[in-house]
Amino acid sequence: MTVLEDLAPPPKVAVRPRAVSRRARWQLRLPLLPALIYTVVVTQIPFLVTLWYSFQSYFWNTTTAAHFNGLSNYKTVFTNPAFRGSLVRSVVMTVTAVIVAMLLGVAFAVLLDRKFFGRGVVRTLIITPFLVMPAAAALVWAGPMLDPNFGLLNWLLQPFGVHHVAWLSTHALGSVIVVMIWQWTPFMTLIVLAGLQGQPADTLEAAKVDGAGALATFRELTLPHLRPYIELGILLGSIYLVNVFDAVRLMTNGGPGTSTTNLPFYLYQQVNFAFDIGGAAATGVVTVFLTIIVATFALRMFARVFQFEEAGV
Amino acid sequence: MSSSPFKLRALAAAGCVAAVLAAAACSGGSSTTGSSSSSTGTVTVAVVSNPLITNQMIPLTSSNFEKQNPGIKVKFATYTEGDLRAAIEKNVSTHSNAFNVIMIGPYETPLFAKNGWLTNLSKQFIASDPGYNASDLLPPIAKSLSYKGDLYAVPFYGESSMMFYNKTLFAKAGLTMPLHPTWAQIQTFAAKLNQPGKTSGICLRGLAGWGDNMAALDTVVNTFGGQWFNMNWKPQLTSPAFVNATKFYVNLVRKYGEPGASNDSFNQLLTLYGQGKCAMWYDATVAATSIATTYPSVFAQTGYALAPVNLTKSSGWLWTWALGIPQGVSNSGAAWKFVSWATSKQYDQLVAAKYGWSAVPPGTRTSLYSNPQYQQAAKAFASITLASINSVDPEHATLNPVPYVGIQYVDIPQFESLGLTVAQGISGAIAGTESVSQALQAGQSAAAQYTPAQLSGG
Repeated sequence: MTVLEDLAPPPKVAVRPRAVSRRARWQLRLPLLPALIYTVVVTQIPFLVTLWYSFQSYFWNTTTAAHFNGLSNYKTVFTNPAFRGSLVRSVVMTVTAVIVAMLLGVAFAVLLDRKFFGRGVVRTLIITPFLVMPAAAALVWAGPMLDPNFGLLNWLLQPFGVHHVAWLSTHALGSVIVVMIWQWTPFMTLIVLAGLQGQPADTLEAAKVDGAGALATFRELTLPHLRPYIELGILLGSIYLVNVFDAVRLMTNGGPGTSTTNLPFYLYQQVNFAFDIGGAAATGVVTVFLTIIVATFALRMFARVFQFEEAGV
Repeated sequence: MSSSPFKLRALAAAGCVAAVLAAAACSGGSSTTGSSSSSTGTVTVAVVSNPLITNQMIPLTSSNFEKQNPGIKVKFATYTEGDLRAAIEKNVSTHSNAFNVIMIGPYETPLFAKNGWLTNLSKQFIASDPGYNASDLLPPIAKSLSYKGDLYAVPFYGESSMMFYNKTLFAKAGLTMPLHPTWAQIQTFAAKLNQPGKTSGICLRGLAGWGDNMAALDTVVNTFGGQWFNMNWKPQLTSPAFVNATKFYVNLVRKYGEPGASNDSFNQLLTLYGQGKCAMWYDATVAATSIATTYPSVFAQTGYALAPVNLTKSSGWLWTWALGIPQGVSNSGAAWKFVSWATSKQYDQLVAAKYGWSAVPPGTRTSLYSNPQYQQAAKAFASITLASINSVDPEHATLNPVPYVGIQYVDIPQFESLGLTVAQGISGAIAGTESVSQALQAGQSAAAQYTPAQLSGG
């Protein structure tokens, strides 16, 4: 949507003469145009088509032609407990995974910021989970790690009296969230580590001279300094994790029951198993609007925090 | 000077149009150039990932079929069962025709044929291809793939369901499996044979999917006297018989079944059984072929019994993975060449020469069961497979009359999503995240959303 706004002609109150300004502006824009047009073609046109389908009764598995059925798809979306359930699960999964990954990320970053032998190797190892393809990671977790009969985790826990726990059946949501955390902790670590390395050494030294303890220094100086980095990590992590599909599809297939069905997986099922194009389109449209609302609030909050930070420093 | 912004704008507009056209060209580029019946060209086949296909059909196609037919190139698209249905349904209903050959079963074939999505193989090809010998196909299998008396798909392999059991474990426990067991007997055996952490008393499907956990459960429901709909198309999921059967199945798998059952279907259970982790396993008869080829030591200990019953005389399901040709695809001549080759007697000979007679795809042709070499190699399971397939009747699978066809499914388009909804609930009940009553209540309301007229396709 913001992309379209950029295309609008400059406001009439422009200071420069109109023709020159326009020309100059278009010359600046020209190299961007192919990308812009491409973006419009692959995002906005499909969105309009989705909007159109969301008002239709259109099933792939019948010969009945698609026909207009007003708001009934939207009515179904809002009255459907399956949609509400997957919405709640999406929120739970994203919030838990992002928060835990960030806490671990800060902890790892603080540890990795120290100088020790083999730091390069350890840093590379810590980052590795983020470099593994999500699908491959999900398969490794679902098979060799968590399998109730052949899994490594059960084997490791055997001495502690744990026998053949079917993690993906009895703790399905938890297992999926753990994998999400495992993949995203490195990302958070990287961002926070970058923040830590940008912390001026003289401030820390001054704090030491003033007699501040390690904990106090961290709370009063490091944490406020890290705040924008943490916020950035949370924002980016949320944007990606709300869309998580690979782990759900490959580890639990949304189940057992619907206990790990999040919004993306629910949409996928609506198209691929119910063949309900109209219903899926309506779900998609509602999801987009909910996302826009949440994103707007989140961005506004962050903007305020950033301003506050700048004023405070 | 004043004209240059115009030029730029025109240029931008032209660029925009070009981009749109390019996008359109991309999407349209792969579409077919009209249907032709040429016997050469590329044939794209959508298949289910299953040992008989991935380990035999695909390699044999490149090593034999493509060599014998130099003008034909065969490309395979392999999917799991659920994804295969989605991909195929998308393709045939939108007529995008990305697949020249599709792998479907008795659920899809009559529905697709009724919608005019499939080529009438009897009229178009078999009539002029006497060597194909369609009368050799097993009658229940051929009937399940027919619409108005004509074949719209031909079987690659066929199956019913039966009980596999480990004879050594039974002997050790002093138990004997009858040829016609009842579900009550099976429960007693499972309780005695279950050794948590070592072997499960019985391995059963729990993965959500109407072709996965519901296939096994539906046969139990049928023999307990349950049904999906009554003669007025009123859903019967909360009827006592349906509830009792479901509770029985869920309790059996929760108490004596494999751990993590809610994620298991055919492929996972085949591995478990092959590793000796199951004392009994209720699944497709075709599993015998895979056990024989992949797990010879377990195969030697395996005994077979007919699908367990309660109130009906038999309760096995009927399924076949068959090949059909969508209506209006290109290279349909080449497609038939491939289809007839993969479902022919000659194909069986090829498999036998390379992998042994016991590995031949079972359950499609009468002649295979009278072939002495096959009888010898597959004597452990050939006759029980044939008996199982011949004992089923998809039109009268339930205790009381029903308005639908199908044993482990209801042959209506709505069943695809209805079956999945119920399957998810059952899978949840097996995992313990919800109760059987909750699951069936949700299924009942999902089924009640459709009017009898919609369900009966009137």
